[in-house]
Amino acid sequence: MKVTLFATCLVDMFQSSVGKATVELLEHLGCEIDFPESQVCCGQPSYNSGYVKESKEAMKRMIETFIDAEYVVSPSGSCAYMLHEYPHVFKGDSIWEPKAKKLAEKTYELTQFIVEVLKVEDVGATFEGNVTYHTSCHMTRLLGVKEPPITLLKNVRGLKFTELPGKEQCCGFGGTFSVKMADISEQMVDEKVRHVEETGAEYLIGADAGCLMNIGGRIGRKGKPIKVLHIAEVLNNRK
Amino acid sequence: MGIKIGTEKFKDRVESGIQDDFMRGAVAKAQDGMGIKRQNAVWELGNWEDWRSHGEEIRQHVLEYLDYYLEQLSENVSKRGGHVFFARTAEDANEYVRSIVHKKKAKKIVKAKSMVTEEISLNACLEKEGCDVVETDLGEYILQIDDHDPPSHIVVPALHKNKEQIRDVFAKKLGYTKSSKPEELAAHAREMLRKEYLSADIGITGCNFAVAETGSFALVTNEGNADLVTALPKTQITVMGMERIVPTFEELEILVSMLTRSAVGQKLTSYITVLTGAREELEIDGPEEFHLIIVDNGRSKILGSEFQSILQCIRCGACINVCPVYRHIGGHSYGSIYPGPVGVVLSPLLGGYDEYKELPYASTLCGACTEVCPVKIPLHNLIHKHRTVIVEKEGKAPVPEKLLMKAFGLGAASPTLYKIGSKIAPKAMNPFTVGDKISNGPGPMKAWTESREFPAPNKERFRDWFKNREKGGKK
Repeated sequence: MKVTLFATCLVDMFQSSVGKATVELLEHLGCEIDFPESQVCCGQPSYNSGYVKESKEAMKRMIETFIDAEYVVSPSGSCAYMLHEYPHVFKGDSIWEPKAKKLAEKTYELTQFIVEVLKVEDVGATFEGNVTYHTSCHMTRLLGVKEPPITLLKNVRGLKFTELPGKEQCCGFGGTFSVKMADISEQMVDEKVRHVEETGAEYLIGADAGCLMNIGGRIGRKGKPIKVLHIAEVLNNRK
Repeated sequence: MGIKIGTEKFKDRVESGIQDDFMRGAVAKAQDGMGIKRQNAVWELGNWEDWRSHGEEIRQHVLEYLDYYLEQLSENVSKRGGHVFFARTAEDANEYVRSIVHKKKAKKIVKAKSMVTEEISLNACLEKEGCDVVETDLGEYILQIDDHDPPSHIVVPALHKNKEQIRDVFAKKLGYTKSSKPEELAAHAREMLRKEYLSADIGITGCNFAVAETGSFALVTNEGNADLVTALPKTQITVMGMERIVPTFEELEILVSMLTRSAVGQKLTSYITVLTGAREELEIDGPEEFHLIIVDNGRSKILGSEFQSILQCIRCGACINVCPVYRHIGGHSYGSIYPGPVGVVLSPLLGGYDEYKELPYASTLCGACTEVCPVKIPLHNLIHKHRTVIVEKEGKAPVPEKLLMKAFGLGAASPTLYKIGSKIAPKAMNPFTVGDKISNGPGPMKAWTESREFPAPNKERFRDWFKNREKGGKK
């Protein structure tokens, strides 16, 4: 199966290990990976801040980049969701709306793709440790992907899973919210870190680069002994 | 006045909210408790998503034919001898109430909880007339005797106070000497309020829903106070927002059930009262005169706009109870009697962007509000629409942000610019980087690094790794 990877700008620039794990994991599951160089950012930071006009150019670029792909897969729920939002952004535009729809229909978040398209629930991974999982808001509520990451994690050998208290609560990232409303964001991420600590987990796992950067950044600042990993890194861990 | 509460700036209000540990403890406890109760109540009903779609349909239908239903409601109220007044503005509504007060030479007025009367500042207007206005909802009563502390929640107005604080208010203002047990506090308030009902000249209520087909209106409470307000005084005035209509009792039943479950996690509240007109010949109680005031106050401007769906709102407050931002800053931080997600959408529409331009940014667009809304208002989308209006129509976005977003737009749209930018990023960030992190970032990054580490850009971008790997013959 041919998969075109939408790595996201955060992964490209800050978390290349997540991109690598994603490529290796999908290859292990029998996919052939393609990474178009012309991909940039999905436009979410400016779009969510209200700059729709400015964001549309980036969106058009993304549509053109991925329009001919068989499947577009992204290791970030929020960014994958943004591509699903494109048809609404271009509503009424006779050229771009149909193209946006075509792209949205074949765009998947990584764990969603593995479970729903590849029909795999056990990727054959091994990971020793106590973990908890942060359910990102955009991925669960807007993209509607709730079960796939949990299903995959629970089938990892050696992994002990503890549910995160208050898991449905936002971590306080919210893109530009984290800097525009930094004081509120800090309170939110603090509560999230407290909840992670309550589980006694050694690892916090997530499927969204933005949330992980936020929670990980706070854990780092507070010097907590909790490691933050993207789900691709856990699922790509084999003996 | 109007929907505005307090005079502090948004940033200062948020700061005081964050500093208020008592309030934050009370809010978190209430959110967690009500969240579980709501979840159980909708789960017990079954097929909740179908109920939501049905609720949405009813509300959209009413808004679509609002002119028709308003006329029908008005005709049916008049048929039963009631008086109907359409108030275009808050002033019009208050003026009408004032005229009744004068006609009746009224001195004492008892009120059941009503957000629309908060919205038009009716109490202040009546107090200016020399009237003694008494709020009879326990939460509103607590706030009123505490020197008119504003509500911080649309269903649970005194949510920001814990029982010890309430005991202190009662002790100071009412000479209360007993404990902070809720039962004892409530018993004391009940004793104080009973006298007020009996001596009141006018009773004023809000309206959860008006039934167009019969000219009735429904009141939903847990204290029964609205029943006394409508049964004892000789004159009754009901004030409603112009959108709070259902066509018939059939829709009323559906929406009331969804309202009580969403608001407080109850199948039904202790009292759900439907009243039609004034006292009739053989009836033993009820008012001799009934007035219905239908308030526009900016609503007709929302009708037909891209924000119309906010008028579907049935004021259950479920969105407030799940909002992670409200959780940490509390209701007063919003500077409006309408806090939380519903307030973020409604306040700029009713009170203007000048007053409320920060509110639409006080959201992570996490969608928790949209998910719980019983009538499927796309709240987080409406919050986003406000941002677009502020940037593109109102031109109220700060200049540095505009420049940054323009630059971002250019960079994100151009693979060449993006590639150059991301390639030089590690070097550009070098002075700020220690190990693999940035602890004291420049420019817009500063707000982030005040509380969090920021990752240093990868020396080898993912795209470089992928390219080199392909070159290396991995494929």
